[in-house]
Amino acid sequence: MQIPIEYYLILSAIMFSTGVVGVLIRRNAIVVFMSIELMLNSANLTLVTFSSYLGNSIGQIFVFFVMAVAAAEAAVGLAIIIALFRNKLTVNIDEINIFKW
Amino acid sequence: MNLVVVLFAIFALVCVSSSILMVTRRNPVISALFLVVNFASLAGLYLTLNAQFIAVAQVIVYAGAIMVFFLFVIMLINPAKEKKFLEYKPQLKIFALVIAFLVFVQIAYIIFVAHPSNDVTRDVAQSVKAGTVEQIGRELFTNYVLPVEAVGYLLLSAAIGALVLAKKKFQ
Amino acid sequence: MINLIYLTILFPLIGFIINGVFGSKIKNEKVIGVIGSGAIGLSFLIVVFAFFETLSLPVKERTHIVELFTWLKVGGLDVSIAYQVDQLSLVMALIVTGVGFVIHVYSIGYMHGDKAFWRFFAYLNLFIFTMMNLILADNFVLMFLGWEGVGLCSYLLIGFWYDKDFEKSTTSAAGLKAFIVNRIGDVGFLLGMFLIYLVFNSLNFAEVFSRATTFHISEHIFTLIAIFLFIGATGKSAQIPLYVWLPDAMAGPTPVSALIHAATMVTAGVYMVARTSIIFASAPTAMMVVAVIGVFTAFFAATIGMVQNDIKKVLAYSTISQLGYMFLAMGAGAFSAGIFHVMTHAFFKALLFLGAGSVIHSMHEQQDIRHYGGLKKYMPVTYGTFLVAAIAISGVPPLSGFFSKDEILWYSYTNIGFVFWLIGVITAVMTAFYMFRLQFLTFHGKSRFDEKKTHPHESPRVMTIPLIILAVLAAIGGFIGIPELFSGEHGNLFHSWLEPIFKSAELKLSYFGSHSHFEEYLFMIISIVGAVAGILVAGYIYLRKPQVADRLSARFKSIYRLLLNKYYVDEAYDATVVNPLVNTSKSFLWKIFDSKIIDGFINAVASWIGNLSSLIRKIQTGVVQSYALVMMIGILLALFWIIMSL
Repeated sequence: MQIPIEYYLILSAIMFSTGVVGVLIRRNAIVVFMSIELMLNSANLTLVTFSSYLGNSIGQIFVFFVMAVAAAEAAVGLAIIIALFRNKLTVNIDEINIFKW
Repeated sequence: MNLVVVLFAIFALVCVSSSILMVTRRNPVISALFLVVNFASLAGLYLTLNAQFIAVAQVIVYAGAIMVFFLFVIMLINPAKEKKFLEYKPQLKIFALVIAFLVFVQIAYIIFVAHPSNDVTRDVAQSVKAGTVEQIGRELFTNYVLPVEAVGYLLLSAAIGALVLAKKKFQ
Repeated sequence: MINLIYLTILFPLIGFIINGVFGSKIKNEKVIGVIGSGAIGLSFLIVVFAFFETLSLPVKERTHIVELFTWLKVGGLDVSIAYQVDQLSLVMALIVTGVGFVIHVYSIGYMHGDKAFWRFFAYLNLFIFTMMNLILADNFVLMFLGWEGVGLCSYLLIGFWYDKDFEKSTTSAAGLKAFIVNRIGDVGFLLGMFLIYLVFNSLNFAEVFSRATTFHISEHIFTLIAIFLFIGATGKSAQIPLYVWLPDAMAGPTPVSALIHAATMVTAGVYMVARTSIIFASAPTAMMVVAVIGVFTAFFAATIGMVQNDIKKVLAYSTISQLGYMFLAMGAGAFSAGIFHVMTHAFFKALLFLGAGSVIHSMHEQQDIRHYGGLKKYMPVTYGTFLVAAIAISGVPPLSGFFSKDEILWYSYTNIGFVFWLIGVITAVMTAFYMFRLQFLTFHGKSRFDEKKTHPHESPRVMTIPLIILAVLAAIGGFIGIPELFSGEHGNLFHSWLEPIFKSAELKLSYFGSHSHFEEYLFMIISIVGAVAGILVAGYIYLRKPQVADRLSARFKSIYRLLLNKYYVDEAYDATVVNPLVNTSKSFLWKIFDSKIIDGFINAVASWIGNLSSLIRKIQTGVVQSYALVMMIGILLALFWIIMSL
């Protein structure tokens, strides 16, 4: 029996929604960041699924690039969090509202 | 019920439960560890999809490098535990939950209405071939050599940027 | 050299930029003066070469268009920065750069010690730059650019000594007056241009003029275009009713009066009419208007000039009067005679102004001729050159003024009528009278100034040499335009040079009528006798019997007052136009319309936006998560849209 493609897609949708919830309700910036990684991975899963079902490696190559970009993003984002923590002594994003003028 | 289906069921269960636990745990270290579990189960799912290279890369890059980085930062900063779910601005959080749920419903609706399994049937031999290291390496270093270079520079500049940002004082 | 004609425009621009940007740093007057004059000198040389090159070409190939680049291309309108080198523009360019160069050199001496020496030369160069654009333009738009540019330079130079008083107000007010009066004329020019574009669908000279001869267009439209263009010309060339700015323009330094307000800029209107001669020739009514305005301006300005006491004012009215002659020539269809007068007038009037400047310079800025007298022995060169110019303008043969003026008078008789000739001759007599009144009161008789306080002296050589050059030109300049009557088979050289330009216009006018040589001789002799009589009367009154002048002015007190106050035209303009405008502006436009309605509206909008913003800004919490929430709602809606389109 083959696994229908919808299973993977729904799994990916669940992961994505969970990530959204994490981004929206968590206060800790690092956890928010991890939730974003979760969402990225759910997208990766979709890409790999389609790549596999279509028998085409382009989706997997795309995932490779997504990973590289995610690594870069994590490095810079965490550096920003460290810099922010040094200034504000907190990583709670509802206490950081320097966007507001 | 063959092995692939069983494996898919196990990994999918682990994946969903670990992601939900990651979002709901109040201690960030626990959250991070659940995320590692989630990534590991994702690697397993990739294997069920015959994507060997990506599965390995997932373990090395995500579960290995990136998550270690996260854990380092968490321990460096050592943030306090978060408040309980309904302790702080409960209406906003419930509203956010509703929004996220609606997004999920919509995506699911789209998936079922579109019903891609009608159009896409899996050819196992093809998908095995697509996921090999050889195939992906060939593609990366022929058709996608320029993006690979660009990503290299991106990582370099990200490393420099992280260094500059996290330095104690700007001279 | 013809293809390098743009250099004549470039050099003054470079001079302007160097003097204008670095002038205040250079400080050395000699360097600034050499840069300023040198730029014009180089342009003059190029024009001279271009002239001789054109002269060597066969008549049919003498028109050249030098196109540099496309300036505007909007819809059907295609305007290039292109310069037209032909017989007419070359004559004008020679006058402007030649006389301009001489005046630049003179200015080095005249402006010596001025605190803004560099600024003066920068403005002068800018003037030559814009004037050359006006002259060499091959389309109306570029011409208008030059037209406005010379107006701007005129304004800047009239108000050059902006901190000085002039008559009842300041020099900057005089500059402003010139600028605003010119604007009225410019509206006419613009309307004419629009109409030309509407009718001929082009603003390029060559296209417009060829279409003007081939298209079948009603005469009324030609009349309308011509009248609009002529309104522009009256503004720039100081004709009735827009002449009032020119006397006030004397507030500027004297070289400026010589260059801009006598020799070059004020003749731009004449040049424009000559350039568009075909349009004017197609509109006989407009031609008549031009002639009438011209002859009346000549007459009235001459009457005012007879009683003025300011040396520059006399010359200013004389300029207006002479410009009137030029327009009379244009109106009479004697285009080349008018251009000829532009040339000779440039020589002798520039000379008169420079001579006046020399006198003013040595008399410590005293301009009232009643306080001059007997300057002959102090400044012989100025005296001699001024005399040459006075004779030339009076129309005594064989000096240049005689040939050009007499030609205009002759054509006004043959082409439009005896009355024009008569008024012209009377004006000529008056011209001779007031010029020699000026000459005698300034240089002859007893000194009427305190010789202990004032020590008149001859001007330095940098000023006298330009005077001598111009005197030579004023004396012999007329010989290139000797009428056919004398030169016989050679014909009139100047006419045959310009003939191709005006051929189509003259063809359209086609004045026939046979006039015998006897008539021509007779009329010439009458005008010579008139001029000599004017000189003699002036001599009698102001040298022999100075009391006669006072008696006359006492006897005809009302007329004298009328003339002295310039027919109260300024006052009439003030009462009818300026004051009502100022009053409505002050009481209604400023206090009610501007401060209440416009400002009120602006303030209302501003406060409304302010209130709204202080409400909206609350949305901007600055917390990232709320932005993410909004983003998710956006995704929700986007997905919804996808679902709806499934």
